Amino acid sequence: MDSNTSASRLCCSAAPASVAAPPEVAYEAVIGIECHIQLNTRTKAFCSCLAGSAPVNTNVCPICLGHPGTLPVMSTGVLKKGITAGLALNCSIARLSKFDRKQYFYPDLPKGYQISQFDLPLCYEGSLEAQLPDGQTKHFGITRVHMEEDAGKLMHDGANQLSGSDSSLVDYNRAGVPLLEVVSEPDMRSGAEAAAYASELRRTMCFMGLTEGIMAQGHMRFDVNVSVRREGESKLGTKVEVKNMNSFAAMQRAIDFEISRQVALHRDGQAHEVVQETRLYDESTSQTFSMRSKEGLADYRYFPEPDLPPVRVTDELIDEVQGSMQESPAAVRSRYLDMDLPIADVLILTDEKPFSRYFDAVLEAGAPPKLAANWVLGDVMAHSKVNQISFDKLEMAPATLAELVCAIDEGLVSGKIGKQVLPMLLQGEGKNGVKSFMEQKRLIQISDMSAIEDIVNDVLSQNQQQLQQYCAGKTKLQGFFVGQVMKASKGLVNPKLLNQALNKKLKEASEAATA
Amino acid sequence: MPIIRTSIIRRIQQDLRSRTRSAQEITEDYLSRLQAAEPEVQSFISVASESACAAARALDGRIASDGADSLGPLAAVPLGIKDTLCTAGLQTTAASRVLEGYTPSHDATSVARLKAAGGIIVGKCNCDAFAMGSTSESSAYKATRNPWDLERVPGGSSGGSAAAVAAGQCVATLGSDTGGSIRQPAHFCGVVGLKPTYGRVSRYGLIAYGSSLDCVGPLAGCVEDAALLLQTIAGRDQLDATSSHMPVPDFTQGLEEVERFASRPLEGKRIGIIRETIGEGVSPGVNAAFDRAAQHLATLGAEVHEVSLPTSGAGLPAYYVIAMSEASSNLSRYDGIRYGVRQEAANIRETYNTTRQEGLNAEVKRRILMGTYALSAGYYDAYYKRAQQVRTIVQQEMHKALLDFDALISPAAPTTAYKLGHVKDDPLEMYKGDIMTINVNLAGLPAISLPAGFEEGADGRRLPIGLQIIGKAFDEGEIIRIAHVFEQTADFACGTPPTFDKSKSQ
Ligand SMILES: [Zn+2]
Repeated sequence: MDSNTSASRLCCSAAPASVAAPPEVAYEAVIGIECHIQLNTRTKAFCSCLAGSAPVNTNVCPICLGHPGTLPVMSTGVLKKGITAGLALNCSIARLSKFDRKQYFYPDLPKGYQISQFDLPLCYEGSLEAQLPDGQTKHFGITRVHMEEDAGKLMHDGANQLSGSDSSLVDYNRAGVPLLEVVSEPDMRSGAEAAAYASELRRTMCFMGLTEGIMAQGHMRFDVNVSVRREGESKLGTKVEVKNMNSFAAMQRAIDFEISRQVALHRDGQAHEVVQETRLYDESTSQTFSMRSKEGLADYRYFPEPDLPPVRVTDELIDEVQGSMQESPAAVRSRYLDMDLPIADVLILTDEKPFSRYFDAVLEAGAPPKLAANWVLGDVMAHSKVNQISFDKLEMAPATLAELVCAIDEGLVSGKIGKQVLPMLLQGEGKNGVKSFMEQKRLIQISDMSAIEDIVNDVLSQNQQQLQQYCAGKTKLQGFFVGQVMKASKGLVNPKLLNQALNKKLKEASEAATA
Repeated sequence: MPIIRTSIIRRIQQDLRSRTRSAQEITEDYLSRLQAAEPEVQSFISVASESACAAARALDGRIASDGADSLGPLAAVPLGIKDTLCTAGLQTTAASRVLEGYTPSHDATSVARLKAAGGIIVGKCNCDAFAMGSTSESSAYKATRNPWDLERVPGGSSGGSAAAVAAGQCVATLGSDTGGSIRQPAHFCGVVGLKPTYGRVSRYGLIAYGSSLDCVGPLAGCVEDAALLLQTIAGRDQLDATSSHMPVPDFTQGLEEVERFASRPLEGKRIGIIRETIGEGVSPGVNAAFDRAAQHLATLGAEVHEVSLPTSGAGLPAYYVIAMSEASSNLSRYDGIRYGVRQEAANIRETYNTTRQEGLNAEVKRRILMGTYALSAGYYDAYYKRAQQVRTIVQQEMHKALLDFDALISPAAPTTAYKLGHVKDDPLEMYKGDIMTINVNLAGLPAISLPAGFEEGADGRRLPIGLQIIGKAFDEGEIIRIAHVFEQTADFACGTPPTFDKSKSQ
């Protein structure tokens, strides 16, 4: 795929320091990513059971438990979401695809096979552009996107896996929940690139409304294939599959560890020690370890699923899906950049869908973009993080923040007062209008000239002695009058307007005294 | 003059509506006949007397409160269901050990439709385990006997369903047909067996053997009763994505009484004899009976010609590769984890192994092994893919022949009923017996097997022979009409097993 950045090279100097330095031989890592995405459909893929979380083994029926004689029937929601994902990833959509059975025995797999798509996936040949940490962007190829069903969940007693456990229990609530598998081209060259791709993939799927995207709940599961080869070589090295990464930071660390592990083996003449295997990432040691080594290629004996007719996609269906697609993160980013927002702000605002949703709503309510961004990214974001409240659950409505931001922009409220009032708004106050709330709390700045003049008049008439001294030439007393007005207004008078009004009144008084 | 086969279902409906007999009387009558014949014939794995009587009482209650007009077309008709079809609340084992004690919570769609039409389920019919066999001897529970000769098999895999009808243990039954499992036992037992077009009847609740071949269909004492059952179970089902949206016509339309037949009732019909199904490899008795049947069709006015389907010989191996491949996958779910029998062992692998080793019989394991092999990496193209290509050719050839002919005919099986144990240990011999029927499954076409005559045994016993009539896809109506005319006029094909004379009930 085309790339704006040259692939970062990994030479032996990047390998662990413990390895002695031989002559400079540069190695290149080749990384591909398979991602399983749990779709947020209401029901499971092939039966009418609900797909959401529920008490153990309550979202089940004879079909998703694989009872004798039961048959799968595809829900159309899955197909539409699959097409949406394909379009968002710039894929071609197959007008004719089919389901296949992937066969293996495991207690979480009720039928002894998983309904998946083998040689005719729903979507193929796409790409995804992601922002790299250095500010550059890179295109990553997408090989294919296909539909399949999830398995149940095993809970082990006495060990952390099936073998060796005293007993294991299966929860089939997840069995039959629809998944999309997105397979990338081997286009990543470092942990950072892989993490950038993976997080942009997640962002895209979330922005499209296809998944809840909660990593900790397994909504997105990444399997990363890592191999290394001498720079300039075209043949791929032996690939190792790395699993069990629960965050993008962990993915980056896992890959970088795995690259350096493989490079070190190559440099030590131990290249044969790099074997095709699955390795798990251990967060506590930041290392990968072998799960099952040197196992033969599993033979899943794929064959066409005879219970499901071929999947036909019409142009009308694609148009329908296209017409109801939501904005991609890339589109939102370019929209924000067009508002002259700084790139750093744009990246944060588009990092999670609820951020940009909230921000867009603030803009829609009339707030100026730059100031709105400052407030969203500043105190509001801090509040969200500290209290762990997602942006779509904030008590403060976007329109409320917009009103505050507009008031500041118009000079009705100082930034300082704004910061003072925001925590109250975040608690849900000011729902009936920020201005009236602030007036009620006596927080709003007085910018009405006639109101200010009234206060000035009051102050001057109450301090006749000082006024006479001022008129006699003791002009230093101006500061005294400012203080008195501020005191009388509890500091709410717009200082600039106060000076104007005071100058005017003092001038009038001086002129009257000399006349 | 032998008894002409007449509709028992029509008789029951008349009796009910005229209040001659109650649903309970009819049901109890059949249950007692079922029980009387059962020790000898052994057609049933389980008998559902209680639920059958309860359903009959409920029907009588409805007749008393709402009158007979509210009754469904199969009201009070005692029916047997092949044990490969799920019945809610009734043990369903597919005649296998691994499903012993398994009671589904769901009805197969075909069963649910029979119940909704007022049908009374009297029990679950024996068959070969997982429908894999041609004799019903591979059942884990019992070997059903042929009512015409208790030393012989009833055929299979729907042997219990055919024997139960022949012995008058119930009025009609449901069977399933993957490669001939309805038509061959119908032929062995002298009853009518109808395999519908693939997709005509929902497969939901049918324990899968070869999913792309499996069909649910009726067995009955006469063509009209088979048509009435098909009428009830046919049609699109939301629970089976492969069930067809094709509208369901009235299959009993044009089934006139014999007195109203024209002098040449099959005038204008073109019927093709499949050349490859006659002559060599077919027993003399079957050949003779088939010739006579073909001649009879001609005397009824049909134009009967031979037609060659040169690739039909390739169908048998292709059929077995496809059926076994699908079976190897379909039977993976019997792992002892969620239902059925579990043989607890030291770890999960051994639990799987022991459960399946003990729960599945030799024939089932043979087919799983062969199917697994055919789908394995490196063999897929040579076996499964190749078999699908052969299937396409067989399909095209049959479809082409059916452009020239209204129906194709052949014997329903190359021999009459085997002696018990005769082919049990010779799987190749048994597989060869499917030669007449499997191409119809590969092509997904409808076919009916109906009594066409007898072979006189050396011991003086008569063994029934069936005529298979194959029709165009979704044109069951045509073969039902031809079969009805044949049945109502072929007095030489009529008869009842000597020991189970049904005339008492009629
Ligand atoms: Zn379900």
